[in-house]
Amino acid sequence: MPKLTVDGIEVEVENGATLLQACEEAGAEIPRFCYHERLSIAGNCRMCLVEVEKSPKPVASCAMPAGDGMVVHTKTEQVKRAREGVMEFLLINHPLDCPICDQGGECDLQDQSMAYGVDGSRFHENKRAVEEKYMGPLVKTVMTRCIHCTRCIRFSQEVAGVPELGAIGRGEDMEITTYLEHALTSELSANVVDLCPVGALTFRPFAYTARPWELKKTESIDVMDAVGSSIRVDARGSEVMRILPRLNEEVNEEWISDKTRFVWDGLKTQRLDTPYIRENGRLRAATWDEAFAAIAARLKDMDGKRIAAIAGDLACAESMKALKDLYASLGSPNIDCRQDGAKLAAGNRGGYIFNSTIAGIEDADAILLVGTNPRIEAPIINARILKRARAGGLRVGVIGPRADLTYDYDYLGAGPQSLKDLGAFADVLKNAERPMIVVGQGALARGDGAAVLAAALSLAKSAGAVSGDWNGFNVLHTAASRVGGLDLGLVPGEGGHDVAGILEGASNGEIDFVHLLGADEIDMSRLGSAFVVYQGTHGDAGAHRADVILPGAAYTEKNATWINTEGRVQLGRRAVFPPGQAREDWTILRALSGVLGKTLPYNDLAGIRAAMEEDAPHFAMTDVVAPADEMPSLSEGNLDAAPFESPVKDFYMTNPVARASAVMAECAAGRAAAARIQAAE
Amino acid sequence: MLEDKDRIFTNLYGLQDWRLKAAQSRGDWDGTADIIAKGRDWILDEMKKSGLRGRGGAGFPTGLKWSFMPKESDGRPHYLVVNADESEPGTCKDRDIMRHDPQKLIEGCLIASFAMGAHACYIYVRGEFIREREQLQAAVDEAYEAGLIGKNAAGSGWDFDLYVHHGAGAYICGEETALLESLEGKKGMPRLKPPFPANVGLYGAPTTVNNVESIAVAPTILRRGASWFAGLGRPNNTGTKLFCISGHVNRPCNVEEEMGIPLKELLEKHAGGVRGGWDNLLAVIPGGSSVPLIPKAVCDDVLMDFDSLKAVQTGLGTAAVIVMDKSTDVIKAIARLSAFYKHESCGQCTPCREGTGWMWRVMERLVTGEAEVEEIDMLLDVTKRVEGHTICALGDAAAWPVQGLIRHFRGTIEERIAAKRSGSLAAAE
Repeated sequence: MPKLTVDGIEVEVENGATLLQACEEAGAEIPRFCYHERLSIAGNCRMCLVEVEKSPKPVASCAMPAGDGMVVHTKTEQVKRAREGVMEFLLINHPLDCPICDQGGECDLQDQSMAYGVDGSRFHENKRAVEEKYMGPLVKTVMTRCIHCTRCIRFSQEVAGVPELGAIGRGEDMEITTYLEHALTSELSANVVDLCPVGALTFRPFAYTARPWELKKTESIDVMDAVGSSIRVDARGSEVMRILPRLNEEVNEEWISDKTRFVWDGLKTQRLDTPYIRENGRLRAATWDEAFAAIAARLKDMDGKRIAAIAGDLACAESMKALKDLYASLGSPNIDCRQDGAKLAAGNRGGYIFNSTIAGIEDADAILLVGTNPRIEAPIINARILKRARAGGLRVGVIGPRADLTYDYDYLGAGPQSLKDLGAFADVLKNAERPMIVVGQGALARGDGAAVLAAALSLAKSAGAVSGDWNGFNVLHTAASRVGGLDLGLVPGEGGHDVAGILEGASNGEIDFVHLLGADEIDMSRLGSAFVVYQGTHGDAGAHRADVILPGAAYTEKNATWINTEGRVQLGRRAVFPPGQAREDWTILRALSGVLGKTLPYNDLAGIRAAMEEDAPHFAMTDVVAPADEMPSLSEGNLDAAPFESPVKDFYMTNPVARASAVMAECAAGRAAAARIQAAE
Repeated sequence: MLEDKDRIFTNLYGLQDWRLKAAQSRGDWDGTADIIAKGRDWILDEMKKSGLRGRGGAGFPTGLKWSFMPKESDGRPHYLVVNADESEPGTCKDRDIMRHDPQKLIEGCLIASFAMGAHACYIYVRGEFIREREQLQAAVDEAYEAGLIGKNAAGSGWDFDLYVHHGAGAYICGEETALLESLEGKKGMPRLKPPFPANVGLYGAPTTVNNVESIAVAPTILRRGASWFAGLGRPNNTGTKLFCISGHVNRPCNVEEEMGIPLKELLEKHAGGVRGGWDNLLAVIPGGSSVPLIPKAVCDDVLMDFDSLKAVQTGLGTAAVIVMDKSTDVIKAIARLSAFYKHESCGQCTPCREGTGWMWRVMERLVTGEAEVEEIDMLLDVTKRVEGHTICALGDAAAWPVQGLIRHFRGTIEERIAAKRSGSLAAAE
């Protein structure tokens, strides 16, 4: 624990801390461009120079380890001049195009030149011009503005794990580019824009649409995957203008996936903004009363066994609670939140959550991935695994699809049989202090899913992954609603059907009424002649099949609860109002319940949340993970030989919002084209 | 003047055979095993006592540098890396060592490696030195065949492997940490220090990087004794040194001389004097392109060693003496050096990346006189903001020549600007 003096203030910092950290500890502000807490130290911008006694030259504080007895000055004339010098050097070749630069208002260079620069330039030569570089549909470049801090290069290597950015040329001719200017291929690529301290890298879809100071910022939660990344939704008027990551060390640190970030244009297109009723085979706009009346007419005197409800992947806990209560009151046992047919049982949480937590990945020393490709199912979790792998001493084994996960792994097999025969990796797991097993939906959403889950759990137990304070048994979900649905018990009741059974029943006439709560990922052609109510946000598969459409609110338009794959209860907040007649989903169900004469017993958000807490007390504890009390004991079954497949076929097209997004479509097309070229080669 | 008996590089001019047999007849590889048998501490001690300062430019005491290597290995191997990326404009001494006296270098590699516990040594040869590398490789092969290096090298019981690595021709790869990066197969960009190579160097292992000349003189020092070497030259600036004399002299040459020889004597005895006589001298860059020049008035009585040259605000550097007579456009000469540093800046850190280009552009305007007089001070201030603010010394190297020019030839620059104003300069362009 070195002790040093910064501007006369004595501080003690941890071993291995840098001078910059020590200065911050002492309350001295150190400007910087290249330094970033989550990236390796480059020390190249030279903005953080400080004066250290006995050192003849100013010292780059970001790269210098704090030493015992050092005497540091950050406010001397030498330091001031050094900063002014660096600012001047950075600006001589930086264009003065702030008025048309999208970074304006949130630009480090702008801010720091105000704080540490001088008001004029002595540079009378021509400024350097640099050609734009194509980096794909998400990242727009104006490379003349680049100050060569190399944050983007380090991010792509160290966090995204796809080393596709680099610098060519040298000296003042150094340029940042991708190899042969191909589009970035990482699922986390746009984080380089957040990291870019200037306007060299900006969001292409956001270009010239808004200024940061015009935007209303709302802190919320993402639903594009089951990670539940913390996001900030920036809106102007009734429009979401962009989505940015929010710091959350437990979940996403400060990264978000490209889908999370750029799906926002999907919130504006294909929206259901008024109720519809199908008449003579055609949908017509209707009023809420008409829509409810049509549903009530159909449900009149219907046997509960002939009624079914399916909750989709983006549904919030409130709407699922109301859905469950409503259809339970109608006597229906046919309710399910597992659109993909994952064989997960409600009840004992330990059997379906990511027990070790996302941050816990950093404690693991061996990870076995079963039937999952986390890079496309949960890029944020994949980045955590990479972070852990880069720290050293981690072994990863994969059973399932072979894919480029950005880190090295031992490939153990394609299908469930490999769970029984791990080969040398069995010893790796046994000898690991904190082994971890991650079971993906690709292993569970299949006929033998329950047996696979049981086999994985028994493997985890025998490998010592579930012991004392460490629980290394994890289920990686792909649907934001899934854990919440299981927590609330949205699974078939006594004698009820699951999704497969509902579809079977609908196609053979045993089920006459199906309520789809944002459920678009099922095979609509198998709904037969059933009367379908689609409650959701987008004109996707479900709406096309529906007999009545109830327009709901998207995740940015409601105050609602989601539970991520760890079992972490998180609150999303309304950034804008739902379009047109659309309403928050649980209020729609509450209103419908009144029309059906089964009025649900809650009148406001607090009421329904209280009801949820009664079902599952952990709903009261937001932002934390309530550890599972105990692990279930599952009975083993027969394992199939078929190989596991990832449930995510196209990363950019996994839900109705993403499918309505033109940006996501462009990404998907780009990736498909790249895959074709690769295949041709 | 150095007597022939005290000469270390007896085949500097390649007048004799460079091959192993001939080298051995000149005394190389004589009793190498005995030297090694005296042990590591003895070698370090002798090297320290000899007062040898690194010949690559910075002049850091070689023995002290060797002693920074960990005494015991913590499991990581130790490495010796020889910097043969001789790229400093004006410098051409290592090249002749590798061509004509390669066995001195190879023997030095073995002894130095032993002294720092290294079983492997890499010689990083400048990209443009193609024949030199071939010759050096042939000499290494000969030494392997003769059992002088390899397992039980020279019968010393020490296992030693030597690899010759060819660079790709970037000046910056002569900076020791950029050289290590390049050797590892990465882009040649200097590393941040600390950690220093003696702790974390090549492949993360303790490494010492030495200049060719520093290593090549070590065997002779150890054979003849530290006191012999220390007896030559001046206190703190001991021994002999290869001087590379180029420019406006009658006979440009490489020559081994005693440290502390007066510059005038050096030029007149070995290089046939300044073209047109001593009074025709304008200025001298005494230590390779990166040190500030000195005008004739200083040259008259300055001694050629580290401390004497430092006292006149320049440096011995690599001892590459670049002589300019009065026909030289000294502004243009320095502008050419600025262009060189702008071209060779790696681009990693801000002051050097942006500053070298800025300095060069202003220098180009000073050449033609298209500038304001105030810009001279502005340029001087820019050099001060580059110097000492960068990751490696290339920033300093780019700043110093310009500083030297302004220090000694401010009048010339001002005259040029005035001449341009008055229109009398048109013909000079």
